[in-house]
Amino acid sequence: MSLNQSATQIASDVASRLRSAVDVCAAALSRAEAVNPRLNAFTQILRHEALCRARQIDAAIARGEAPGPLAGVPIALKDNICTRIGHTTCASRMLESYRSPYDATVVQRLERAGAVIVAKTNLDEFAMGSSTENSAFGVVRNPWSPDRVAGGSSGGSAVAVATRTVPLALGSDTGGSIRLPASFSGVIGLKPTYGRVSRYGLVAYGSSLDQIGPFATYAADAALLLSVIAGRDPNDATSADRAESDFSAAARDVDPAHAIRKLRIGIPREFFADGLDPVVRDQVEKAICEYRAAGAHLVEIALPHTKYCVATYYLIATAEASSNLARFDGVHYGHRTPAPRDIHHLYSASRDEGLGTEVKRRIMLGTFALSAGYADAFYQQALRVRRLIRDDYSQAFGQVDVIMGPVAPSTAFRIGEKADDPLQMYLADVYTTSANLAGLPAISIPCGFSASGLPVGLQVIAPAFEEARLLSAARFLEQRGDWHSRIPPIE
Amino acid sequence: MNARRVFKGMPRIANLEIQPIIGLEIHVQLATRTKMFCACAAEFGAEPNTRACPVCLGLPGALPVVNAQAIELAIRAGAALNCSIARLTKWDRKSYYYPDLPKNYQISQFDLPIAERGWFEFSREGETRRVRIRRAHLEEDAGKNVHDFPGFTAVDLNRAGTPLLEIVTEPDIHCAEDAREFAIALQREIAYLGIGEANMQKGQMRFEPNINLEIRDGEQLAKTPIVEVKNLNSFRSLHGAIEFEIRRQLEEWQERGVTGARGNKSNRGWDDVRMVTVAQREKEEADDYRYFPDPDLPPVTPDARRVAEIVGTMPEPSGVRTARFIREYQIPAKDAPALVDDRATADLLDAAAALGVDRATLARQFLSFWQMQANARQISIAGLRLPAGVFAELAQMSSSGRINATAAATIAGELVRRSDTAAVKAGEPLSVSSLAAELGLLQTRDSDQIAGWVDAAFAANAKAVQDALANPKKLIAARGFLAGQVMKASGGKADPKIAGELIEQKLRALAGDAARS
Ligand SMILES: [Zn+2]
Repeated sequence: MSLNQSATQIASDVASRLRSAVDVCAAALSRAEAVNPRLNAFTQILRHEALCRARQIDAAIARGEAPGPLAGVPIALKDNICTRIGHTTCASRMLESYRSPYDATVVQRLERAGAVIVAKTNLDEFAMGSSTENSAFGVVRNPWSPDRVAGGSSGGSAVAVATRTVPLALGSDTGGSIRLPASFSGVIGLKPTYGRVSRYGLVAYGSSLDQIGPFATYAADAALLLSVIAGRDPNDATSADRAESDFSAAARDVDPAHAIRKLRIGIPREFFADGLDPVVRDQVEKAICEYRAAGAHLVEIALPHTKYCVATYYLIATAEASSNLARFDGVHYGHRTPAPRDIHHLYSASRDEGLGTEVKRRIMLGTFALSAGYADAFYQQALRVRRLIRDDYSQAFGQVDVIMGPVAPSTAFRIGEKADDPLQMYLADVYTTSANLAGLPAISIPCGFSASGLPVGLQVIAPAFEEARLLSAARFLEQRGDWHSRIPPIE
Repeated sequence: MNARRVFKGMPRIANLEIQPIIGLEIHVQLATRTKMFCACAAEFGAEPNTRACPVCLGLPGALPVVNAQAIELAIRAGAALNCSIARLTKWDRKSYYYPDLPKNYQISQFDLPIAERGWFEFSREGETRRVRIRRAHLEEDAGKNVHDFPGFTAVDLNRAGTPLLEIVTEPDIHCAEDAREFAIALQREIAYLGIGEANMQKGQMRFEPNINLEIRDGEQLAKTPIVEVKNLNSFRSLHGAIEFEIRRQLEEWQERGVTGARGNKSNRGWDDVRMVTVAQREKEEADDYRYFPDPDLPPVTPDARRVAEIVGTMPEPSGVRTARFIREYQIPAKDAPALVDDRATADLLDAAAALGVDRATLARQFLSFWQMQANARQISIAGLRLPAGVFAELAQMSSSGRINATAAATIAGELVRRSDTAAVKAGEPLSVSSLAAELGLLQTRDSDQIAGWVDAAFAANAKAVQDALANPKKLIAARGFLAGQVMKASGGKADPKIAGELIEQKLRALAGDAARS
């Protein structure tokens, strides 16, 4: 079986009984078991549960039941998405043995579509990080260069797809956590519009920013997965009541160049200023030239509040996180200190033992940002700047259809390189946080490699609910090069 | 309001004017079917932790969704409190750690409550008093810590997420009696309007008074520190706590001269047995709840038309209805609660009256034999399940003289009895007039027949008639006596008006005869 087989192909083969879901699943499980010791992409490989599910799907197909658009497609889920199978650890000691009694909405939708969850992927603890170095279960390694990070926080999901263990994976993106690892690992990573995908069952980090989204090798597969998980959910009051666009049509093989012709592409000068690695700049500019060559118009635009994005993001995300993570107190579930002296000691010791350094740092930051006497200067001020950032984008989208730039200022950095310098680490999010602050859809598309063979991602940002534009942009680029289909050497 | 009333039984202090300043915070559990932010049943008394789901347990990944019924009830409460209803209201997280609060934050409303700036009136000693309402906001209740086990505390989260409306008054109350009367009137209104069951035993309504004193000594004005007494769940404890605090604060001020500065509010608890407030352990630092908008819940913008509809279809508040009933139905004030308190019965009375009958007669019948019939079955009059038309028809027949009062009561009893029969249950209409005819209770207006009964009464009581004619002082009594005899002989059927006229005619004729002889 070709490692580059698409989810679309697998689903079609399984539905027409050319291959069994069990065979597909077994292959994915073996690959996961082979990859994991070296790259640490998975917190759990759900061999038993996955094979069970695959057998059910084969049986249903044999009975003549319609198997769903993802029939037998193996998928990996970031381990901050609640599943009844396995544990939902958030890569934290706090939830190391936590089992969710319910499935996230996206999980229910995947099951209905016939997908098979084969593994849960490693992440920065509670999705707090840009490198997946903050996992309680160890760092995820970059398949292109195992001494480097895979990006974060959805590092495991990116690696699961990059290594072709699975054709599809889900991650979550609060400030770049899908796009950054997609860029570092050389796969497509799409953060949908805020509200496009239900957050019910996604363990919250920054609730006003979090969004679940797909990783895929192919644009068409990303579109297919997005179609399955998107849509209004009565259990998530922030999910949007929008008719779903036909994402698959946008990524289908019908002359994407046609969609590109006359496309107005905004190039924000702030995204190409100091601090951008020339290697990344080269590859991103070359990719943008491909669009221009196909008839797109390039328009230089300004997003003047870009320089405040990281600060704004870290105030809002940590403020929300300080509240979202208050529930992990050792009282009702999760880690409890073995010998609490009293309730206060139970709280403080359970949290101290259960939560990692970066999580504690962010809880402290957020608590401070919300505290009486400081909230005005920090949290409230961040909300005001957030509105200005949104305004920047609405102005820009008055002139252009999409905005393009780099995903990250550099290619994958070395493990440990920024671990002791949180501020340096936070700057990895400089180009990604604004899409979360403005609630916009954004994608990372593989667009080239550095001389040393590290992938580079092109970021495309669209107006709210215009994911289709991102998918056709991705489809266009995948016809212009082979960056997406290169497979990192495993072993 | 007269503040001096408070000091009954307190030592008078020369040259001091003392004004207690009291505001109330009131928590009302709303009568929703489900909880504030999830689909769990909001019910009292179930097995611990059986009314709980990922949302109210605060499990990772769970998200709240607003209960639309809670919004409607809060709007209704806002209208009853004469508040303006917010055009945009939002949700905020209030952070504090407590084992019965699974998320360690409570979803509440901080700066944009659903209702604000209103007033509520109650009456005391025949006088209407008004307390301004600062705000009313929605929030979720916490669970309960259960200390029934040796060596550990258990948590029951059935109550967690139950919708609460917190009503905050302005400090317009100046004595314990007024606080109690206000609370009673408010409790009655909440239950009456179906906003909440407001059952105090079930903890569905709780009070937290804020109390301090303004003490004027000539030119100088001192204020004692504000005390909030937590979690009072009876009118008695509310009254007792305020009385006690007024005394205690005055004594403390006299002994130690402690006065309040901004923000040094302290909390005290209430000991219901010793009837005293007790200091609660002070926290080391000031409360910082770190309120911020809940990112999981978009703001609510109540549709103006829907608000108008809720307010428009809101039942008449019991206070207003009481005043109207006294006026329209000409009933004594003391009888009003019997007609107003059960809303279905009050609605029934209004519905029957709307059919165009004499309201005073109708109300009299409600208060007399209908009430008796209901009491005998331990239900309300509405619980008799008779159609409004039946009440109206019976009142109509009474007021038009077709039946007398005794007959009306008899018919009512028979109506109730028959309403249980299979035929009526199957839909056969109950006709009051045919029942009256069947029972032979229709009054006769046949003058000849009545004249016969009158003649018989005069014949049987000839001596008494003669005495009365001789002594005009006895004449009035004789008229009544004779009328009674006629009614007795007719079995109550003689039209009393015609009988009276005939008796009068006959007396006059006899008097004429006597004068001539
Ligand atoms: Zn619940």
